[in-house]
Amino acid sequence: MNWIQVGRLEDIPRQGSRVINTSTGEIALFRSVDDRVFALNNRCPHKGGPLSQGIVHGTRVTCPLHSWVIDLETGEAIAPDKGCAQRHEVRVAHGVLFLEVKDQDPGSRCK
Amino acid sequence: MMEKNKMRLVVIGNGMAGIRTVEELLKMSANEYDITVFGAEPQPNYNRILLSPVLSGEMKFQDTVLNDWSWYQENNITLHVGKRVSKIDRQRCQVETEDGLIAPYDRLLIATGSNPIMLPVPGINLPGVLAYRSIADVQEMLSMTGIGRRAVVIGGGLLGLEAANGLLMRGMQVAVVHLCDWPMERQLDKVGGGLLKEALEKRGMKFYLARQTEAILGETAVAGLRFVDGEEIAADLIVMSAGIRPDIALAKSAGIHCERGIVVSDTMQTFDPKIYSVGECVQHRGQTYGLVAPLFEQAKVAANHLARYGRMRYEGSSVSAKLKVTGIDLFSAGNFNAEPGDEELLLQDSARGVYKKLVLRDNKLRGAVMYGDTVDGPWYFQMMRDGTDITQLREHILFGQMHLGDSGHGGAASVANMPDSTEICGCNGVCKGTIVNAIIEKKLFTIDEVRAHTKASASCGSCTGLVESILANTLGGDYSAKSSKKAICACTESAHQDVPAAIRELGAKTIPELMRALEWKTVDGCHVCRPALNYYLMTAWPGVYQDDSRSRFINERVHANIQKDGTYSVIPRIWGGVTSPAELRAIAEIAERHKVPTVHITGGQRIGLYGISKENLPKMWAELVEAGFVSGHAYGKSLRTVKTCVGSEWCRFGTQDSTGLGIRVEKMTWGSWTPHKFKIAVSGCPRNCAEATIKDFGIVCVDSGYEIHVGGNGGIKVRVTDFLCKVGTEEEVLEYCGAFMQLYREQAHYMDRTAPWIERVGLAYVKQHIVDDATGRAELYVRFLESQRHSQNDPWKERANGIDAHEYTALASIA
Ligand code: SRM
Ligand SMILES: Cc1cc2nc3c(=O)[nH]c(=O)nc-3n(C[C@H](O)[C@H](O)[C@H](O)COP(=O)(O)OP(=O)(O)OC[C@H]3O[C@@H](n4cnc5c(N)ncnc54)[C@H](O)[C@@H]3O)c2cc1C
Ligand code: SF4
Ligand code: FES
Repeated sequence: MNWIQVGRLEDIPRQGSRVINTSTGEIALFRSVDDRVFALNNRCPHKGGPLSQGIVHGTRVTCPLHSWVIDLETGEAIAPDKGCAQRHEVRVAHGVLFLEVKDQDPGSRCK
Repeated sequence: MMEKNKMRLVVIGNGMAGIRTVEELLKMSANEYDITVFGAEPQPNYNRILLSPVLSGEMKFQDTVLNDWSWYQENNITLHVGKRVSKIDRQRCQVETEDGLIAPYDRLLIATGSNPIMLPVPGINLPGVLAYRSIADVQEMLSMTGIGRRAVVIGGGLLGLEAANGLLMRGMQVAVVHLCDWPMERQLDKVGGGLLKEALEKRGMKFYLARQTEAILGETAVAGLRFVDGEEIAADLIVMSAGIRPDIALAKSAGIHCERGIVVSDTMQTFDPKIYSVGECVQHRGQTYGLVAPLFEQAKVAANHLARYGRMRYEGSSVSAKLKVTGIDLFSAGNFNAEPGDEELLLQDSARGVYKKLVLRDNKLRGAVMYGDTVDGPWYFQMMRDGTDITQLREHILFGQMHLGDSGHGGAASVANMPDSTEICGCNGVCKGTIVNAIIEKKLFTIDEVRAHTKASASCGSCTGLVESILANTLGGDYSAKSSKKAICACTESAHQDVPAAIRELGAKTIPELMRALEWKTVDGCHVCRPALNYYLMTAWPGVYQDDSRSRFINERVHANIQKDGTYSVIPRIWGGVTSPAELRAIAEIAERHKVPTVHITGGQRIGLYGISKENLPKMWAELVEAGFVSGHAYGKSLRTVKTCVGSEWCRFGTQDSTGLGIRVEKMTWGSWTPHKFKIAVSGCPRNCAEATIKDFGIVCVDSGYEIHVGGNGGIKVRVTDFLCKVGTEEEVLEYCGAFMQLYREQAHYMDRTAPWIERVGLAYVKQHIVDDATGRAELYVRFLESQRHSQNDPWKERANGIDAHEYTALASIA
């Protein structure tokens, strides 16, 4: 397991998102209005919509395709919808973003 | 442990209104009070509305419990059930129960509901004479049911009929005695009441109408009753359902001002400012209420003041009623007996068993009675509350909203008779049974709650009326929009109409400022309210307000339409639908270069290029801009297209240059942001090949000038335009068009297209501002042109030149 530097906090607009390309698919980094950063697979559990394109509010994002609302802290869809986008660990240190990338496939962290 | 300086709230009445107030209070401010609740009934708070299904055996008592014991514990509420408060000591600020328990209060909430009226006739106290108010009453009734036994219900109102139906379903012989000539005379006119009576008689109910009870007969228990005319009938059980009376005895004995009910102000305060009151025991502006929907509004207001927000006022409610008898579909609201000066619109279709009556005054709906087909009940009710001028709808209004053209659910008309498997919501595949179950099991009362739990009507919204009908059928009243003032979303109590007013008053110039001023409940709103606030600010401060891209839906943020696979479409503007070989060649070459998988001629007379990756968008736009194109805004709540026909330039029937005029109109209006998308068309003659009469603004050229039509809509609910006026010159067309768009931009709620907006405000309103008031029109037009000065910058060109580059590129690529 290691932490990879992927950019700076100010690269992500507040209430916005940016995408990291990886060999296994896209990861979306979200920045909340209070400057917390979250990382989820950029795939909505509904029909795979790109969550990074949604509107970020509180610690949630609304998927742009059919408006499912996903909790950024857990990756879980808000009821009544059910499903989960896989979460990744991110850290912000002195304005620099670090994303945790596991050596092996970490498997789903969804419940 | 009780915290020292916490205020103490005592609630008298563990019923629907009292506990709803506590719930609302906890939502707003969970730690404000130490709460103590007294309930005379031994049960936890339950849903009284559902007693009828319990009586009929369609439901168990357990299913009706709204808050079970654990809820009180979890919220640190001290609950005393089976304890009746017998005294309020206003000097000492404490209440006392019959058995001597004392509880001091800083604030008191009286929610004692009402008592059934027991007719003062001999024999009323005999065993076997019951009221119909509580679960205890139902249990007692059930202990007396039995196949073939005889029940008589005195009172043929809503509750009486529900009781009668329940007992019938339990196998009893049931007769209903009623003073008037037809049942439910407070909700139905004679014809509707007659239809209802017939339907119930078919199920085996017997009616004694226009009859008055003189005495209840029996020695040790009920044996029957005698009418004033001397006739006697036998009975083993008598249910009294002759009306209710607000329970004010306790309040009165404490010297609190009461008339028919406990008199409260718009803040739900009694004459003692420490004491609030809500529910059926209350009299507000002379009115008392006996249905849950208004009580819940009261609860919201009372909680707001108890939580010391001090913002809301209760201004009274209009109510509608539904009989909850499975298979019988009736709806009524407002004043449905025409008075002098009123007009009646009637529809009677005996073959289908349908009856509808609408009562109008001054072209506004005052009341509605419907039997057999009630799907449009919520629609009529909304127009009643909004005071909509229905002049333009008049010819079709009786046929209902769907008659005006509704796609997506096959014209269903009666929800009561639908099997549970009928698909109601075509977008999300939700069936009737699922909705009914959710309403009952999840204890839902509003359309928003149904949406949140089932997704029904959460997408395109065309089935909203059906879902509202199901809700009304299940709960016995209309719970749709509580009033014409409806909160934008769960983040706020503010309605759409409050926002522009607040912007004006406070001079707010940013979303956070506005949210603070209007006391938003969430930190930064949600995907529903933020785009709305962004829109209102943009309209209020053209050229000044800094558009907030984070509050834009993706399509508007990146100026392209997102597709199901995450790619985008690109639709360049083609002025008036007129193109040239050079333009077509440019598009073809660009499409080829970028290996565009689909090129589609759109429904708006343009060319759509589909399947473009996001990174590629700015490059493609650069090439389109190079070839002379600008953005088509096919993605925006903005001007979309101006469709035209070939007009007098070619067509043998053309009267004016519709193509040229269309292009002029589009050059003036492109780039404008509107509450919802806005479409225009110009047809060269009344053959109307450009379909101008289903556009937001349609122009039909005639020999002597230009007819202007507004408020049309294709799409989910087809609506034909209203004719606004006729003008003589192209310049006037431009002025009327700009003025109309500006009026719509300033007045409509975000996400209203012109069609629902005009149906709400009425065509007369639009005429008054656009046609009759020349100065007003000119001012609107000036404001329109002014804001256009700031918005006609081609967003594609800007982005091709590097603006918002971060939207189109990944932050990093890692192995
Ligand atoms: C592209 C186009 C279909 C086509 O290939 O022909 C189209 C495509 C979409 N339409 Fe449409 N509509 C298109 C013409 C129409 C028309 C016909 C017209 O404009 O003359 C209508 C009926 C007329 C009307 O609007 O009154 C139409 C009624 C709708 C509606 C229903 C609107 C309503 O008020 O009921 C929606 C849903 C909405 O906007 O909420 C919709 C929504 C959509 C969306 C934006 C769905 C979405 O949110 O993603 C589709 C986007 C696909 C895309 O990426 O382009 N589209 N849509 C047409 C674009 C015309 C253009 O050149 O810009
Ligand atoms: C059978 C039936 C069917 C109905 N169907 C519908 C319907 O379909 N749709 C609809 O909208 N409405 C319906 N209603 C009406 C609806 O139930 C009432 O409007 C609503 O319950 C009133 O709420 P409330 O809190 O004011 O009174 P209640 O719910 O009656 O609550 C008052 C509570 O206060 C208690 N109480 C009174 N005095 C004291 C005291 N001194 N000390 C302690 N506790 C006290 C009472 O025991 C009671 O539990 C129906 C009512 C009945 C009876
Ligand atoms: S283009 Fe319009 S009609 Fe066709 S699927 Fe999309 S929204 Fe529906
Ligand atoms: S794909 Fe996200 S809501 Fe449908």
